[in-house]
Amino acid sequence: MTVADLVRFSAQALTGHRLRAGLSLVGVAIGVSSVILLTSLGEGARRYVTAEFASLGTNLLVITPGRNETTGGSAIPGTAVIRDLTLEDAVALRRRVPRLRFVAPIVAGQVSARYGERERVTNVAGTTADYAPLRGVRMSLGRYLPAGDAALGQRICVLGPKLANSLFPGESALGKLLRLGDQRFRVIGVWAPRGVSLGRDFDEYAHVPVAAAMRMFDRSGLSEIDSDVASSDEIEPARVSVLAVLKDRHEGEEDVTVVTQGSIVGSFTRILAILTAALAGIAAVSLSVAGVGIMNVMLVSVSERTSEVGLLKALGVTRAQVVAAFLVEASILSTAGGLVGIGFGYAGAYAVKTMYPAFPMFPPDWAVAAALLVSVSVGLAFGVLPAWRASRLDPVAALSRK
Amino acid sequence: MIQLRSVRRVYELGGHLVEALRGIDLEVPAGEYLSVMGPSGSGKSTLLNILGCLDRPTSGTYRLDGQEVEKLDETVLSQVRGHRIGFVFQSFHLVPRLTAFGNVELPMVFAGIARSERTRRVREALSSVGLAGREEHRPAQLSGGERQRVAIARAVVMGPKVLMADEPTGNLDSKSGSEVIALLERMNADGLTLIVVTHDQALGSRARRRVRMADGEVIEDSARA
Repeated sequence: MTVADLVRFSAQALTGHRLRAGLSLVGVAIGVSSVILLTSLGEGARRYVTAEFASLGTNLLVITPGRNETTGGSAIPGTAVIRDLTLEDAVALRRRVPRLRFVAPIVAGQVSARYGERERVTNVAGTTADYAPLRGVRMSLGRYLPAGDAALGQRICVLGPKLANSLFPGESALGKLLRLGDQRFRVIGVWAPRGVSLGRDFDEYAHVPVAAAMRMFDRSGLSEIDSDVASSDEIEPARVSVLAVLKDRHEGEEDVTVVTQGSIVGSFTRILAILTAALAGIAAVSLSVAGVGIMNVMLVSVSERTSEVGLLKALGVTRAQVVAAFLVEASILSTAGGLVGIGFGYAGAYAVKTMYPAFPMFPPDWAVAAALLVSVSVGLAFGVLPAWRASRLDPVAALSRK
Repeated sequence: MIQLRSVRRVYELGGHLVEALRGIDLEVPAGEYLSVMGPSGSGKSTLLNILGCLDRPTSGTYRLDGQEVEKLDETVLSQVRGHRIGFVFQSFHLVPRLTAFGNVELPMVFAGIARSERTRRVREALSSVGLAGREEHRPAQLSGGERQRVAIARAVVMGPKVLMADEPTGNLDSKSGSEVIALLERMNADGLTLIVVTHDQALGSRARRRVRMADGEVIEDSARA
């Protein structure tokens, strides 16, 4: 008999007990859709985190003062400082590590900003012209800090759009003199909104030339040096060169930490991959429960159709064909459940996406494929016992059952 | 051609051995019209099951067209049932979810006969039992007599040599019963070996050869009388 005939016969057999078949199909559908939804959550979380890091700039190397053995540590200024990272260090890196495309020294702190009657405490970062291409800053008004001697320290500033709005509501900030701490800075530009990244709102910042910030905070050292390379495989050689140059400049002491974006993203990705696998495992439990449901339906079906099995045997149907017919019936049930479940899963993912547009709910292809494969196998695996039972029925006894 | 030699069939029932057949010798030439009669428990159904290859003898030999059936394995035996033997049951044994067409088609589906050929043969078989035009009816939409005629169409659609009928009129009123018998006899007249098991005297006595059983033994055979 052909496969098409077998499938047709088994599909017709399912119509003999629609409600039971429908319920067990729903069981599989719930299992499959929970696999898809839960892995979508995990995968979505992974993508969310990756995207957040990508928004910081790509292929970044962040150099912070102090030796920190753990990778992915924070860049809080003042922790475990042995020797300052200086502006000269930044200049030297720029000169001696040609792989680094941009090198932006950063000094960060808070001061009070005042314009006329309005005053507020604001975050100020001192940096150089390199910061804009490094972190993807685009201007909406004026221009960014000019390139040139980093030690110059002109009294000019560039504002984040939120800060500009709160200090200069309804007017253009451009050309205004803003008091930062006890000095006045001319506003030369406002950047386009960048949004929140990893909990930090860039749009609340004011940027000033690095030397001006060091003066403002009375600091001789930098908070960090941000730099980047052109491609991800240059990160590691660049890290080695940076460490070598700074060791050379710091009298042979390796007293800085280089955090690469890869190391942070990598550890997050590993954690989230484990999370996704755990969620998939939980969902797999519900799939196996659905499998038991299918087995139950098939066992009932076999005992209900005992006389039909007897008839099939009398008509010359072989034991192998009886097994095949019941196995196909079980896998049609589970596969249909799987397909419906994939539909539910996508619908659920879409619903979550609609409610929380920021979260990239994303059913991963591997999970969809695996869920379908597993649902087919669930049918086959849990159909074996009922099918085997049916094939072992004695035709004489089976036929005498009404 | 059917040949039984000292066929015994012993069951175990609740720890007791029950001898359903106690050494049956029987020869049925091709084209025969044979009835097996006897009270319930006489072994006539067991005999029919063995003749139909649904059951195997505990001892003795059964040759069907010269082939020793008890030596065949399960799969070959299925094919023997499928191709050489047709069954008609008292309770019809139609598959309720399938139409008349689907029921008659069933043995051909599992035997791997091509679809166009199946359609042709189903139509032919249904029209030979007088049910042309009823292809799409389900068993529940047919009368008892019609159901049994669908079952007969299904039994002969594979072109068997022997037709085993177990109380074929047992669930029918007398009018449809005689129609069914007339149909079976017409098929026998066309060369089909017909074996009818019944305890209905009127039906049994219509057969050309009549075998009477009691307590697992043949006590009367009109061919030996």
